[in-house]
Amino acid sequence: MSAGIVTMSSSRRPGHRVAALFRAEGVLLRRNRVALLNALVLPAALAGWLIKASGLDAGLSRGMGAAMLVMLLTAFALLLPVYYNLVTALVARREQLVLKRLRAGESTDAEILAGTAAPAVAVAWIQVAVAAVAAVAVFGMNRPANALLVLAALILGTAVFVLLAAVTAAVTRTVEMAQLTTVPVLMLSFAFGGLLFPLSGLPGPLRSLGQALPLTRVLDLLRLGLTGTAPGGGHLGLAASFGAAAVPVLVLAAWIAAGGWAVRRWFRWEPRR
Amino acid sequence: MDDTGIITVRDLRRRYGGPGGRGFEAVRGVTFSVCRGELFALLGTNGAGKTSTMEMLEGLAPPARGTVRVLGCDPCRDRARVRRRMGIVLQEGGFPADLTVAEAGRMWAGTLSAPRPVPEALELAGLGHRAGVAVRSLSGGERRRLDLAMAILGRPEVLFLDEPTTGLDPESRRRTWRLIRELLGSGTTIMLTTHYLEEAEELADRVAIMHQGRIVRTGTPAEVAASQPARISFELPEDAREPVPEMAGTRASVTGRSVLLQTGDLQRTLTALLGWANSRDLVLGALDARPASLQEAFHAVAASSGGPVTVNDSAEDVAA
Repeated sequence: MSAGIVTMSSSRRPGHRVAALFRAEGVLLRRNRVALLNALVLPAALAGWLIKASGLDAGLSRGMGAAMLVMLLTAFALLLPVYYNLVTALVARREQLVLKRLRAGESTDAEILAGTAAPAVAVAWIQVAVAAVAAVAVFGMNRPANALLVLAALILGTAVFVLLAAVTAAVTRTVEMAQLTTVPVLMLSFAFGGLLFPLSGLPGPLRSLGQALPLTRVLDLLRLGLTGTAPGGGHLGLAASFGAAAVPVLVLAAWIAAGGWAVRRWFRWEPRR
Repeated sequence: MDDTGIITVRDLRRRYGGPGGRGFEAVRGVTFSVCRGELFALLGTNGAGKTSTMEMLEGLAPPARGTVRVLGCDPCRDRARVRRRMGIVLQEGGFPADLTVAEAGRMWAGTLSAPRPVPEALELAGLGHRAGVAVRSLSGGERRRLDLAMAILGRPEVLFLDEPTTGLDPESRRRTWRLIRELLGSGTTIMLTTHYLEEAEELADRVAIMHQGRIVRTGTPAEVAASQPARISFELPEDAREPVPEMAGTRASVTGRSVLLQTGDLQRTLTALLGWANSRDLVLGALDARPASLQEAFHAVAASSGGPVTVNDSAEDVAA
């Protein structure tokens, strides 16, 4: 009897557990209007508003603002669908004892986190892709100077904000509390991530803070990859862009390492009693 | 049933909180083993350490000391290897409230290595007619049956059931018992905890009564019950002129005309009692003789500490 089971188990494709959780979370996302609004409408609305407010819309047609559109949308996609929505989803699943149940099944801890995060990540990436297509087709953005760095920015940025969401979920007792506990990451990212104003205008300590934040470094990589513009200004060629990417990549890798450690240390799979 | 231990537990201990005075040792040296196809029931009052023990067997928590082997594996370290052969009904576990029963089943099936069809599992648990209903709309008993359906979805060789019939109406409970018997018949090994002693008496090959983190009685339900004296009660007729004679190994308590005899040897005491009554031509009223039940053994253990006894004496209590 057990021989038959072994044969059957080997026939399932790898990743089937994450895929099953992805499907279920996707259904839940579709049924949650607030989360859907956060995921689909808010990033585009915020990016559009910021571009208009900063007068960049005049430059859109000349291509220089088009890269900015992609960068802003990436930033908001990482902060809202990925970070904020994932905090609420993880807290909701934990408080409903879903995470506890999943841990009593065959899924590994990493698969449970990945499956829960997958729909949010998919939504974010699709938005970035749509923004990129729009930037090229409508606003005449040039081909990316280094597409690999664009991809690295997306992947590393997603990993950091998924881990940050898991750490935030650990200190969030209820779904409602997430509105408070997500404020530090959201506000710091908005204020010092180089979104609203360039970091170069800030006094020394604040600039250093800004440069240590993950969102800043994701945007550095994106700018570098899309336009070939280095963080300090100046246009770089393909080879030089890899060199300039080293520091942002290292900062993001450090965030991932710290986040992974913190998740393993503090993440809770069931509610506190 | 063969002799290989499907579950082997040796000197298992579990601690909450730090070492020393601040911590609390919930499980204090538990040893037992369960054979293939056997149902082993852990009984005990709330806080006796049943769920803490189950979680270590399920691989959800590492023991502070001692060893656990399930299907020859360490359930914590070899989780990936042994989990696919286990089914678990947690004391409390949930599904996303906005999924329907069928969607929740599909999600769970997707995480398993060799699931049976979801409708089949739902049908077995008596939940087939609720497949399209949102989890949030299920009653407590229906959620419990969903838990059971999901636990058997992967055709487990070893099934852990932590209070699987809590909140079920009597009819659902009997249906669950029937399913458990069928699973046992097909060779599944089952660990059960329950607050319903009737359930343990009905299903268990062996039981262990836990108390304050230790196993204090273990054996077949009949063996454990036999640790308590049997009881004979009757009423003496009004014209009885002499008291009940002293009998060896028997304790008598008399209240007015009502007599209660407690004895370690029911047949001998009963024979002696009836012989005495016949020889004096006495008719004993409301004569009742019964061996000790699991319930009495359980209450004796619970009372030994003065701890609260929070057990439901009968499954039928829930019906009300």
